[in-house]
Amino acid sequence: MPKPFDKLTATAAPIMRGNIDTDVIIRIERLVGNGIRGTLGKWAFGSLRYLPDGSENPEFILNREPYREAEILVTGPNFGCGSSREGAVWSLQERGIRAIIGSGFGDIFFANCFQNGILPVLVDKAVVDQLAADIEATQGAGKVSIDLEAQTIVSPSGARHAFEIDPRRREGLLKGLDEVALTLQRDNEIHAFQASDRTARPWIHSTRISA
Amino acid sequence: MPGRSLLQKIWDQHVIARLSEDTDLLHIDRHLLHDLGGSRGLLDLKSRGLKVHNPELTFATPDHALSTAPGRAGTSKIGMELLAALRVETAASGITLFDVDQPGQGIVHVIGPELGLSLPGATIVCGDSHTCTHGGLGALAFGIGSSELTHVLATQALIQKRPKTMRARFEGKLPLGVTAKDMILALIGHVGAAGGTGYAVEYAGSAISALPIEGRLTICNLSIELGAKMGMVAPDEKTFEFLRGRPYAPQGEMWDLAVKAWRELPSDPDAVFDREVVIDVEKIIPQVTWGISPEHVVGVDGIIPDPKAVDDPARRAAIETALEYMGLQGGAPIAGTPVDWVFIGSCTNSRLSDLRAAAEVARGRKVAAGVRAWVVPGSENVKREAVAEGLDKIFIDAGFEWREPGCSMCLAANGEVVAPGQRSVSTSNRNFVGRQGPRARTHLASPASAAASAIAGAIADVRMMGR
Repeated sequence: MPKPFDKLTATAAPIMRGNIDTDVIIRIERLVGNGIRGTLGKWAFGSLRYLPDGSENPEFILNREPYREAEILVTGPNFGCGSSREGAVWSLQERGIRAIIGSGFGDIFFANCFQNGILPVLVDKAVVDQLAADIEATQGAGKVSIDLEAQTIVSPSGARHAFEIDPRRREGLLKGLDEVALTLQRDNEIHAFQASDRTARPWIHSTRISA
Repeated sequence: MPGRSLLQKIWDQHVIARLSEDTDLLHIDRHLLHDLGGSRGLLDLKSRGLKVHNPELTFATPDHALSTAPGRAGTSKIGMELLAALRVETAASGITLFDVDQPGQGIVHVIGPELGLSLPGATIVCGDSHTCTHGGLGALAFGIGSSELTHVLATQALIQKRPKTMRARFEGKLPLGVTAKDMILALIGHVGAAGGTGYAVEYAGSAISALPIEGRLTICNLSIELGAKMGMVAPDEKTFEFLRGRPYAPQGEMWDLAVKAWRELPSDPDAVFDREVVIDVEKIIPQVTWGISPEHVVGVDGIIPDPKAVDDPARRAAIETALEYMGLQGGAPIAGTPVDWVFIGSCTNSRLSDLRAAAEVARGRKVAAGVRAWVVPGSENVKREAVAEGLDKIFIDAGFEWREPGCSMCLAANGEVVAPGQRSVSTSNRNFVGRQGPRARTHLASPASAAASAIAGAIADVRMMGR
């Protein structure tokens, strides 16, 4: 069940490169196995974070102070494009990230964030660019505030930006709702649908091999 | 009221409950599980004290973490554990498993259509972003994450926001040497890797109607690479012929009933799309990627972009980053770039027609010295059919390695990797940083182009190797 999200004031790290895909966020070999949860934080952004010899890449923002403490990412276009691996979200979460502000997200990654209590905030590119500039002007010392209830972001410069979010998603995050439990409350509706659909489209429901 | 699109018709038919203005609880008709996430989902369900809602609508096969070496030698310990867990948990839940070496095993997006599990008008999900492949049969198919996977196991339903609709019309007659892969790469180059984000894409037009089903599956497979998690082609007579007689396709009276319903699915003539794109396929030449996103694509007779010629600083920086990773010079021709590896396989291009196209180029020729070239059939059935026609022998005689079915080097989850710094021409779907192994350099291309590059030892224009 996801943890609720309401307000956050934290260090924010701009990672502005476009098209950061889920393979870059977490490599596949870290996700092979059923016991991976809790092991992924150190592998988030592995190919950017570490040099080929395994040492930290001092150039990468999350390896620099104060960005090591970042709980918010400010991202370039199409962040989280690519695969459906929820491990991408898990690795960011285990690395301490709780919200991501960007001008575009991969559709599946975006949905996976909500499932884990991570807030992805979709705003115009101009807002992202302004936030990144404000953060860099304070060398990361200035914090970013996000208020989900009020749907606002406050930049280190004090500039306030409103954002839109699907009301269902918002409520789910604010309350930490479990979608499986919610849908199971409608199990009678699911059964009723299947009963009538079995008449309308019997070929969907009869899956015995016909050899 | 305007007409309805293929997407809207399928969507409306699956609504169990309307949850908000734009979000519905949808029934899921087919749920496909694989070795990487299948047992995890089933164990997650068990830990919640829940049961699989409809095991008869759920099917599983190992593909991702399995070695494709002959005899499956080389599957890692953890890969074996995942396979064992998939066997135990599917058996415990009464889910059909297509196991290793059995007909039916293969890449999940190859076996769904092949077995007739994937049907027009069906909703199909799988914990894999290339689930959009099944849209080639006129299904509404999309990838889901682990949490949604558990949700589907528990409820046979999924909460989804209605996407915007895009129609991509491919018009004209496909030139010789140009394939479905080139069509979709050209579209990605045109609209960009985020051009389809938030959309379900319907592929239409004379060139789509003319494509065999396997080509349509390839087109839909790459929908996610233009950002769209759903891609689809309206079912037609070719679709019905493709499905007729397949093991899980309806039979007899049920077949007639199904076809009657499927004929109602194509978009109405007056359906309105949120975005329309038209591609003239007669202008497409074989495509190859040069960078680290599928949108970094050019014609094989083209030039690698020169960052110095680009004014926009963000775009210039993106090109510089890509060229540095790929070890390429801007402004140089892409053809003739020497390659170390060729991979023919993946859910994009590992079906029988793909292997035939590659074999046609490879027949009687030799893989260039210093190049390792793999052919990985998409499924056990594809493998057996290919062997029956002697394709394996053509490849082996030409110096290719003939492997067992699985995902293999497309995503490198099984130890099958391109070495650091080495360059690969691959028929797969992603040229992301490290996708085929840490620091591996990937160029996406069609099976024919990949085979031509294996022979040439460099990125090659298959049209110059005509037969």
